[in-house]
Amino acid sequence: MMIADGIEDEEKWLAEGIAGIQHNAFYLHRAVESNNLREALKYSAQLLSELRTSRLSPHKYYELYMRAFDELRRLEMFFKDEDRHGCSVVDLYELVQHAGNVLPRLYLLCTVGSVYIKSKEAPAKDVLKDLVEMCRSVQHPIRGLFLRSYLAQISRDKLPDIGSEYEGDGDTVMDAVDFVLQNFTEMNKLWVRMQHQGPIRVKEKLDKERSKLRDLVGKNLHVLSQVEGVDLEIYKDTVLPRVLEQVVNCKDELAQYYLMDCIIQVFPDEYHLQTLETLLGAFPQLQPAVDIKTVLSQLMDRLSNYAASSAEVLPEFLQVEAFAKLSNAIGKVIEAQVEMPVVGAISLYVSLLTFALRVHSDRLDYVDQVLGACVKKLSGSPKLEDNKATKQVVALLTAPLEKYNDIDTALTLSNYPRVMDHLDAGTNKIMAMVLIQSIMKYNTCVSTAEKVDVLFELIKGLIKDIDGTLADELDEEDFKEEQNSVARLVHMLYNDDPEEMLQIICTVRKHIMAGGPKRLPFTVPPLVFSALKLVRRLQGLDGEVAGEEVPATPRKIFQLLNQIIEALSNVPSPELALRLYLQCAEAANDCDLEPVAYEFFTQAFVLYEEEVADSKAQVTSIHLIIGTLQRMNAFGVENRDTLTHKATGYSAKLLKKPDQCRAVYACSHLFWVDDQDGIKDGERVLLCLKRSLRIANAAQQMANVTRGTGGPVTLFVEILNKYLYFFEKGNPQITSAAIQGLIELIKTEMQSDTATPDPASDAFFACTLRYIEFQKQKGGAMGEKYDSIRI
Amino acid sequence: MVLVLAIGDLHVPYRAPDLPAKFKSMLVPGKIQHIICTGNLCIKEVHDYLKNLCPSLHITRGEYDEDAQYPETKTLTIGQFKLGLCHGHQVVPWGDLDSLAMLQRQLDVDILVTGHTHQFKAYKHEAGVVINPGSATGAYSSITYDVNPSFVLMDIDGLRVVVYVYELIDGEVKVDKIDFKKTGTATSHSAH
Repeated sequence: MMIADGIEDEEKWLAEGIAGIQHNAFYLHRAVESNNLREALKYSAQLLSELRTSRLSPHKYYELYMRAFDELRRLEMFFKDEDRHGCSVVDLYELVQHAGNVLPRLYLLCTVGSVYIKSKEAPAKDVLKDLVEMCRSVQHPIRGLFLRSYLAQISRDKLPDIGSEYEGDGDTVMDAVDFVLQNFTEMNKLWVRMQHQGPIRVKEKLDKERSKLRDLVGKNLHVLSQVEGVDLEIYKDTVLPRVLEQVVNCKDELAQYYLMDCIIQVFPDEYHLQTLETLLGAFPQLQPAVDIKTVLSQLMDRLSNYAASSAEVLPEFLQVEAFAKLSNAIGKVIEAQVEMPVVGAISLYVSLLTFALRVHSDRLDYVDQVLGACVKKLSGSPKLEDNKATKQVVALLTAPLEKYNDIDTALTLSNYPRVMDHLDAGTNKIMAMVLIQSIMKYNTCVSTAEKVDVLFELIKGLIKDIDGTLADELDEEDFKEEQNSVARLVHMLYNDDPEEMLQIICTVRKHIMAGGPKRLPFTVPPLVFSALKLVRRLQGLDGEVAGEEVPATPRKIFQLLNQIIEALSNVPSPELALRLYLQCAEAANDCDLEPVAYEFFTQAFVLYEEEVADSKAQVTSIHLIIGTLQRMNAFGVENRDTLTHKATGYSAKLLKKPDQCRAVYACSHLFWVDDQDGIKDGERVLLCLKRSLRIANAAQQMANVTRGTGGPVTLFVEILNKYLYFFEKGNPQITSAAIQGLIELIKTEMQSDTATPDPASDAFFACTLRYIEFQKQKGGAMGEKYDSIRI
Repeated sequence: MVLVLAIGDLHVPYRAPDLPAKFKSMLVPGKIQHIICTGNLCIKEVHDYLKNLCPSLHITRGEYDEDAQYPETKTLTIGQFKLGLCHGHQVVPWGDLDSLAMLQRQLDVDILVTGHTHQFKAYKHEAGVVINPGSATGAYSSITYDVNPSFVLMDIDGLRVVVYVYELIDGEVKVDKIDFKKTGTATSHSAH
């Protein structure tokens, strides 16, 4: 209620003040029109007395001031025109000092002063010096600030600058600088003191009101930057030190923050570069509550842009040792402000890193240095729990990746892993994913075992359980995504040199073996295929060089592969392991390593016997075994016989009869390989086909018994097709009579009472017959073969 | 004019990290009416990617596929053509054309699409056409050395199908095409 009253009162007072001004302005205009100087002075003094109020907040006072300001402009024009009022400017200057109250007196004096300088009857510097001193008489913060603002306003275009019409003899630029600096200093003092006087007591409101006036103070700095005569030397020797002195001494956080920012924005970047040490030296002396990191970041951003603007300025950066100075300054600030939260320190380092990446992108030692400083800070603090802080650390680690597009660079930074160590397990994984994504995005290749080692250390959060976090706790989808990323990563690790490539494979193996049963099914396969690709590469090269011990040979890699796949038994993952063993068997076959290939087959069979229990899985697995075995050409008769015997045996023992039938006739291909050295055992082919036929018959009978109707004839048609296959290949054991018999059998089955009509098998049979007809029509050798077959 | 993408054996992530960038930029949603996939994707991410390319997605099971629910074989009719799909590891000897012909007769289809060997093939025989789109990522195969990434786009128009094969050779995408025409029960072909 009180405050509302206060506001209402303020409005009332402001209205009164404005009314007062308007009232006196009326008479002032009349006096001016009649060239009555005495009257003009009287009414202008009265008018200005309205500004003597203490009751208005800064915002309202400003409104009042602007009204007065407008009147003073007109008054100045009157003063200037000596012919009208007949008083010389020198006399006028003396005359206005007779005004009763200080404030109106000084406003009038400044106004006359403006005219005085323009008249050039006295050097600008003298008048200005006089005015800036006289204004000292007004110590009330709001009144004094606006008065000096008025002074600044009217003096702006009248400074004794180089090339200005007001330039006098001697070092007048220094006079101009002195004048502005003095006004600035006094204005800042008044501005700071505002918080202790005036009608507003609540801090936030006060700060807000004060904030609105800050440009009045800052304007002076702007003016200084516009003075032609202020070169680097003057800035360095005079302007900056004195401004900083005031900034530090005022001990006011609002002022300090604003003014430091102002300095940085208003003066040229090359000046900042050349005065970096001085500028930075001020920071540790500022109040603890000042948001230094924002200001520092601003400075670093400006300097970064300056560096980007032209390559010519870059040597300057090196010459002034910009990075070192910034780095030291940040260190000092962090040390001095013990209460600064970790997030503040880290974001400072992020800015510094950004600066280093933009200005000194070739200096990896700088980048590493920043990371090192960060490590130091993190080591001294408790474990990061603050979300914002971890985000900053992630930003810190991501910046080099994005800059260099090349994981290699990040891997050479010695402090990179140390920073990552300070992340909690969750964030470590996030960062690890960022690393992997960066590699995938830029299609980079990690090419040495050493780098791979470093990389896998960095992403260890994905590779194994660390610090008691269990893989169980993680959402399954997320876990899969993580592990699939690691799997993809494995394909980006590559070197042309086989020795190095083998080292890489060994390094990856070392890391993934610590991953535990949940991770192995994801990480083992890509490693296996990576190794198989290496084997294939070595196949192309000559065998072992006589007398040299070459580490990378297919044999050694197969030994490694055996161990790697064996780890899957801990999961357990028998189906996957079986497939991988078969892949290795084929590769060993291609290298002509019979015992190695045999060993892999043994492993596959053992898994099939002992671990693959699911019937559907058995069907797929046995077909994979048969398919692989069919392609083996490295086996001698004995080994081959053992394995084919096993394969056929297991085929016949599958659970469902149709599956048995199909697997057994697939085995027929084990005895007939269609290339020149291949086995072509017609008898055993026929044995297989006959066996599958018996199984098909048994299946048919079973169906009759259990269901009352016959099963589909599909199996018979399939077997018929196999007969045709070997018939065409020239297996003498397959006769056209046998084929004819099969065709009749199928027709009989299809027409029997107990037959179940099945369009699919009908179509299949029809297609087959059509094929036979087509072959007959072919003529030549093929046509002759088929001649005796009737459909 | 119906565009059918035949693609398979990507083996992501166990044998390859991803589709080649040049293929990815060519395959955009909204251009293709059907996708037939021979299998061995192997993970859900690849399934989702293909589904996003075209909602009419048909997949058969490869021996490394994460999803064990894909069928062993599939048949579908597009326009005048009956298509059959099967990964191919089930047909022994692997890649044997005559054995594949048997499967074609069994499924009673004009066009049989299979994979497993990672080697592009498109040929015609008495019963129809057999197409192998190869491996879209150029993944390692125990059967084929030096696999180039490849996929097939079929343009089915009335009784005619034009088979475009896209192969990535030494970093460049090369295209070839083969024409097949269905005449009554048999198809004839001309290669370009």
